[in-house]
Amino acid sequence: MDDPLLAVRDLTVRFRTRAGTVTAVDRVGFDLAEGETLAILGETGSGKSVTAQALMGLVPRPAGEVTGGRIVYAGTDLLTRPRSERRRLNGTDLAMVFQDPLSSLNPVFRVGAQIGELFRRRRGASRAEARRQAIELMDRVGIPAASRRVDDYPHQFSGGMRQRVMIAMAIALQPRVLIADEPTTALDVTVQAQVMALLAELKAEHRMAMILISHDLGVVAGVADRVMLMYAGRVVETGGLREVYETTGHPYTRGLMASIPALDGPRERLTPIKGSPPDLTRLSVSCPFQPRCDFATDVCGTERPELAPVPGRPGSHRAACHHAKEVAADVVPH
Amino acid sequence: MTAYFIRRALFAVFVLWGAVTIVFLVLRLVPGDPAQLILGSDATQAEIAQLREQMGLNRPLAVQYGIYLGDVVRFDFGDSYRYHSDAMGLVTEKFPLTLQLAVVAMVIGLVLGVALGVLGALRVNRLADRIVSVFALLSQSMPSFWIGIMFILVFARQLHVLASGGHGGFDRLILPGVTLALPLVAVLIRLTRSGLLDVVHENYIQTARAKGLSERLVISQHAIRNALIPIVTVAGLEFGKLLGGAVIVETVFSWPGVGRLLIDSISARDYNVVQAAILLIAGGFVLINLVVDVLYGYLDPRIRLGR
Repeated sequence: MDDPLLAVRDLTVRFRTRAGTVTAVDRVGFDLAEGETLAILGETGSGKSVTAQALMGLVPRPAGEVTGGRIVYAGTDLLTRPRSERRRLNGTDLAMVFQDPLSSLNPVFRVGAQIGELFRRRRGASRAEARRQAIELMDRVGIPAASRRVDDYPHQFSGGMRQRVMIAMAIALQPRVLIADEPTTALDVTVQAQVMALLAELKAEHRMAMILISHDLGVVAGVADRVMLMYAGRVVETGGLREVYETTGHPYTRGLMASIPALDGPRERLTPIKGSPPDLTRLSVSCPFQPRCDFATDVCGTERPELAPVPGRPGSHRAACHHAKEVAADVVPH
Repeated sequence: MTAYFIRRALFAVFVLWGAVTIVFLVLRLVPGDPAQLILGSDATQAEIAQLREQMGLNRPLAVQYGIYLGDVVRFDFGDSYRYHSDAMGLVTEKFPLTLQLAVVAMVIGLVLGVALGVLGALRVNRLADRIVSVFALLSQSMPSFWIGIMFILVFARQLHVLASGGHGGFDRLILPGVTLALPLVAVLIRLTRSGLLDVVHENYIQTARAKGLSERLVISQHAIRNALIPIVTVAGLEFGKLLGGAVIVETVFSWPGVGRLLIDSISARDYNVVQAAILLIAGGFVLINLVVDVLYGYLDPRIRLGR
């Protein structure tokens, strides 16, 4: 098998907070092949966004710091490269779409200038040329009357149109990896589907690999090839989309699935995951999901489970659970 | 837009009326009789009473106030008791000198304040930032009259490089200009530094970094423009304060501007000149505020279009 486009190994990110040091991302690893879409799923605070920031070299300093691991992109470990060199990869090789398009666009510059800036600053285009290319891109991402709207400011756009502007900026220099961090969370439901469709279309057109970060299993289902679930900074389950969705190997994934209403099945009461995400400053040796888990036994309180193949499942399907086999077999606990 | 300017103009009239009224009352509450001061200590009671009647000072305060307002509305600001010439004419004659000083202080303040503020923000909590912060603290806490006197002692008396006062060439602007600018420099350092540190945490800065722009471009293009919005507001208000604050600095450096005229006129109870000077300074203040509002809209498109 060819080397993957992006290979992340043991990525660890720590934050210093007043309450102590938090390991926001704990030895996370994954591969991303050219043209592939990986979905990273998890609740708020699970470390999925920080993982994306680490890939882009955008972990907020000085509070946060990548303390270990490797990010191998096209054969080079990015973590060994100087900051300025990594910065130059942003936009051309790795690009990112952020969650909240309003606050992610600079309020005092026209959108055309913000898109065109990529051509001017990164490609040495003239002002007129950059403007022409910005209009072309705005047209491509489905912004109506692009040649007129190019001179508008971000606050004059609707949420969905703002996210299209963000997407236009991200794909402007035809990056090889597009990271989309909750790209539809801040948008209306009807607009969500349009934006996801646009992302899928652009991905196919430019043969980009994509990392789609979300807390919504439904959004992910339509576009992802593989999924990776994070909990308390760690990967708790990973595998092909169907593998994971059809036979979950981790109680947390199961819980997430149970908290989504099904359109076709019988009308049942939704089952939320009980309890709340753990306090990352107080993690012990136990499994972080133990307090919220129906499958928990004594071993869960004394030994933290490592990511391992789910017994009886394809080798690519891995979960970090002592009881993965029972969870996968859907054995009701106790 | 038109309605907005009409509202602003009405408000300006109200502010000027308030300033004039307060000064009018305060001047007359302060002990000291212009007639007595004009005639000197040898004058008899009868002579003083006669002059008071000529000047209209023996009439009830409300009547004096009514007459004065009536004159002001017709742009008649009365004559100076001392110089027997038009009070406003005296003030406007001196005004360019004060304006010159204020503009020099403003330029020094903006250049030094913003530059040092940016430096502090870029090197936050490092040595350069600490030095800048201490400098800001000192500039803000040392009173102008003391700084002015120290400057005169060091640069004029000891080093003999700059003149101690008076006006003339550009070199005579340096000491009073810097003295007047220092408190402004301190305010702008703090504002620029904290504003920039706030802006740097905004999501759009992260976007700019994700575009692969160099950190220099991220700060100089994306961050500064946003941090400038509050700076312009404060700088505008501070410019108004410079016009008034020049009083102390003009006195220390014998700078013959409106401030000096104002102080001398207060001592001599030259009511009309004091009132005219305050009116002019207040008018400058109002005008600058209007300019700031227009600039503000230019810097922040959300305000420009919302109006």
